Amino acid sequence: MTVTTKGPLPSEPYDVTVVGAGVVGSAIARELAGHHRLRVALVEASGDVGDGTSKANTAILHTGFDAVPGSLESRLVREGQRLLAAYAAESGIPVEPVGALLVAWDEEQLAALPGLLEKAEANGYNGARIIDADEVRSREPHLGEGALGALDVPGESIICPWTTTLAYATQAVRGGVDLHLNCEVERVGSWESPPAPAPAPPPDSDSDSDSASSGGSVCHELTTSRGAVRTRYLINAAGLHADVLDRRLLGRGEFTVTPRRGQLIVFDKLARDLVRHILLPVPTALGKGVLVAPTVYGNVLLGPTAEELDDKRATGTTEDGLAGLRAKGRRILPALLDEEVTAVYAGLRAATEHDDYQIHSSPEARYITVGGIRSTGLTASMAIAEYVVGLLADAAGPDLDLTVAGDLDPVGMPNLGEAFPRPYQRADLIATDSAYGSIICHCERVTRGEIRDALISTVPPGSLEGLRRRTRARGGRCQGFYCGAAVRELFDGWGESGAAC
Amino acid sequence: MRRQRSVDVLVVGAGPAGLAAAARLAASGAGTVEVLERDARAGGVPRHCHHGGFGRWGVTGPQYAESLVEAALGGGAAVRTGVSATGWAGPLCLETTGPHGLERITARAVVLATGARERPRSARLVPGTRPAGVLTTGELQQAVHVYGQEIGTRAVVVGAEPVSYAALSALRRAGVEVAALVTEETRAQVGRARAASTRLGVAWVPLLTGAVVTELLGRGRLSGVRLRRRDGRESVLACDTVVFTGDFVPDHELARRGGVLLDPGTRGPAVDGSFRTASPGVFAVGNGVHAVEPARVAAGEGARVAEAVRGHLGGAGWPSGGVPVVAETPLRWVAPNRLVPGAAGGRFILRTAEALGCPVLVVLQDGRCLHRQRVRRRVLPNQGLYLSGGWVGKVDAGGGPVRVVVG
Repeated sequence: MTVTTKGPLPSEPYDVTVVGAGVVGSAIARELAGHHRLRVALVEASGDVGDGTSKANTAILHTGFDAVPGSLESRLVREGQRLLAAYAAESGIPVEPVGALLVAWDEEQLAALPGLLEKAEANGYNGARIIDADEVRSREPHLGEGALGALDVPGESIICPWTTTLAYATQAVRGGVDLHLNCEVERVGSWESPPAPAPAPPPDSDSDSDSASSGGSVCHELTTSRGAVRTRYLINAAGLHADVLDRRLLGRGEFTVTPRRGQLIVFDKLARDLVRHILLPVPTALGKGVLVAPTVYGNVLLGPTAEELDDKRATGTTEDGLAGLRAKGRRILPALLDEEVTAVYAGLRAATEHDDYQIHSSPEARYITVGGIRSTGLTASMAIAEYVVGLLADAAGPDLDLTVAGDLDPVGMPNLGEAFPRPYQRADLIATDSAYGSIICHCERVTRGEIRDALISTVPPGSLEGLRRRTRARGGRCQGFYCGAAVRELFDGWGESGAAC
Repeated sequence: MRRQRSVDVLVVGAGPAGLAAAARLAASGAGTVEVLERDARAGGVPRHCHHGGFGRWGVTGPQYAESLVEAALGGGAAVRTGVSATGWAGPLCLETTGPHGLERITARAVVLATGARERPRSARLVPGTRPAGVLTTGELQQAVHVYGQEIGTRAVVVGAEPVSYAALSALRRAGVEVAALVTEETRAQVGRARAASTRLGVAWVPLLTGAVVTELLGRGRLSGVRLRRRDGRESVLACDTVVFTGDFVPDHELARRGGVLLDPGTRGPAVDGSFRTASPGVFAVGNGVHAVEPARVAAGEGARVAEAVRGHLGGAGWPSGGVPVVAETPLRWVAPNRLVPGAAGGRFILRTAEALGCPVLVVLQDGRCLHRQRVRRRVLPNQGLYLSGGWVGKVDAGGGPVRVVVG
């Protein structure tokens, strides 16, 4: 198991390198990890996995009912939903099938519902139906005045985006992938390996076609902030920066990423009883609009805004953005606005000038771009990974041995979901280890045992923020008033003395 | 799976209010009295306040906390630390988690003394990035006084209340330069002597009045805060640390989870003069009722609730209904906020939302004036404002709400 955060990188070329350890890149690395004969690297500019657009997702496991029928996105979201739902159940990723209501607030929106129902059916989703105002009211008693009807989409679920990315990365690393963090790709060039005598085949090998050891081949050479990474095949899952890497490698680009900022407000757990479904707006020409949704952690989410920006680092919230969200939220769920806010944040979607995902294979360049993956990328991630590895197999042919796919050891992720027992509620767990009965973060009820487990896990957090995404410590209503210093003590103390926890 | 136990009185929170209540109850033979404290040590927030001014003799916070713990233990109360009350299994039955397992504790009376906390940056909706270096006073004081952690090099303190000056001294102790105190108000909300002392101390600290932090800047680590002055001018103050002080709210989660009626003004449990909530057998005291008063006020309420708890254990009936007491704009809240026949009198605590020059407080019920009281000083938001309770006997128990207005 290899995760590196600093220092030199291995000089031996990789067979495949995935750039970007977001939810998509991590899913691809995990898929490749199933192919035991490949040397695979996952390189990430940040100090943690899922630290870019993935961490600020709206956390919905979509049915794909509202995708553009016939698009690649529609297909991969539909397949990905099925794959991820099964994977989540197996890995302990919290998912709650709460269902969604697309609420119509005026006659025009009401008139749009039948079209949306048809679209859902065209996307292969047959569970939707239109409900009247009375049913909307009885299903969501705290909804604001004036809802005229809704499209009921019972298949929509909420999911934990952080655990999903972490599960992929963990399984990839345990499956032999090298994860290199703090490793920003600065340049891309090529490198020709010196001809070398082929090593003797392993005694148990019956393969005689292993091209990786033939030497004299041309590799991509990625110049990173930590030195060179050499790789025979390259997969670009760099999210917001996918277009830049694309141009560097091909000299031309298929698309331009224009970050679309989404600001969100997270309300306290005490607000959770106010909302039962994901409350979606009826999409208009201006975009998908602002939703109110429960989270698997027991909070309520209000957002996102949609702002086209030039700056790929502009992840700040704004006065206007937050005021606009509050105004919209007040109409949807008036009582929500009286509740305390636990977090405000902004994420950037990797939007492009195209409607669909931008997944392109360039066999001659031994390169695949996985770009333009917007908020549905979480849902579609496993299907994208399967699709991309299929493209890689086509592009590489016999040059890469992608035929031998073994099973990865299953992962069991720590549960952050309120719908499932958390360690502080489990007498059995506390009886075996009292650290699970010692609550450090009171708002989120995170125990010393969970913090310790995260700090010694396969992909440990590189920062307090990373620890928060793994455990929720410091993520509650007090934002560290009670536990901040204690959590930092555990985080800082771990490296120096293993006994700190 | 959960161990079941019973006690006579279960106190939640071992801060000044809870410990004082437990000490008085245990010493007066109220039966088994148990205090639950989720923190690893008892004593509450004073433990983190390494400055004087606590108690009658001006002792420091930790000394004061220790004396409260000793009094509770000396009286015969059990104080259990590291045990969190996580929810309710019945009207007077709490579920707990601790290193020794899960319990379900049934009591004849429950006293909520859960305290208050400062609202963090997110709850104040301060926009910007989400860098490290953003604290509340509570986190700062623990980091400095309990753990001796590195804080930063240059800080901005948001607020100019007593707690803001406590943050200032914690920052100085940690060797952090303080760039400024920033307040939306027109002056510091402490005595002139204290405000002046910060200018005569180790380093002169400017107080920026009429200024609001409108944005946090920096990625990874805070690099500065954007300020907007009252005249609309904007500027950026470079700093790597910002401390949001004051803006206390009662920690009401357990009360809310138990269906205890809250007061819309204080956002803590609605209580009568004897600290009885609307839920029979459940009392609430201290800063969990009305953020935030000095520790001795919280402890005083803890001592005073003991008599009402003993009355309840002795079979006195639980008053239902009652007349609500409401504070009208520009007043923000009043506590106690329920009047029931037979409850203890005492004074009322209020807060104003805006500065008031020598206000006259008027108590009205159904158009009738019950009381007028002049406050002979200027009152600022977040400062103590008190109303004597001599008029309580004039309230019509069957009448409408009692309103406190500025006359």
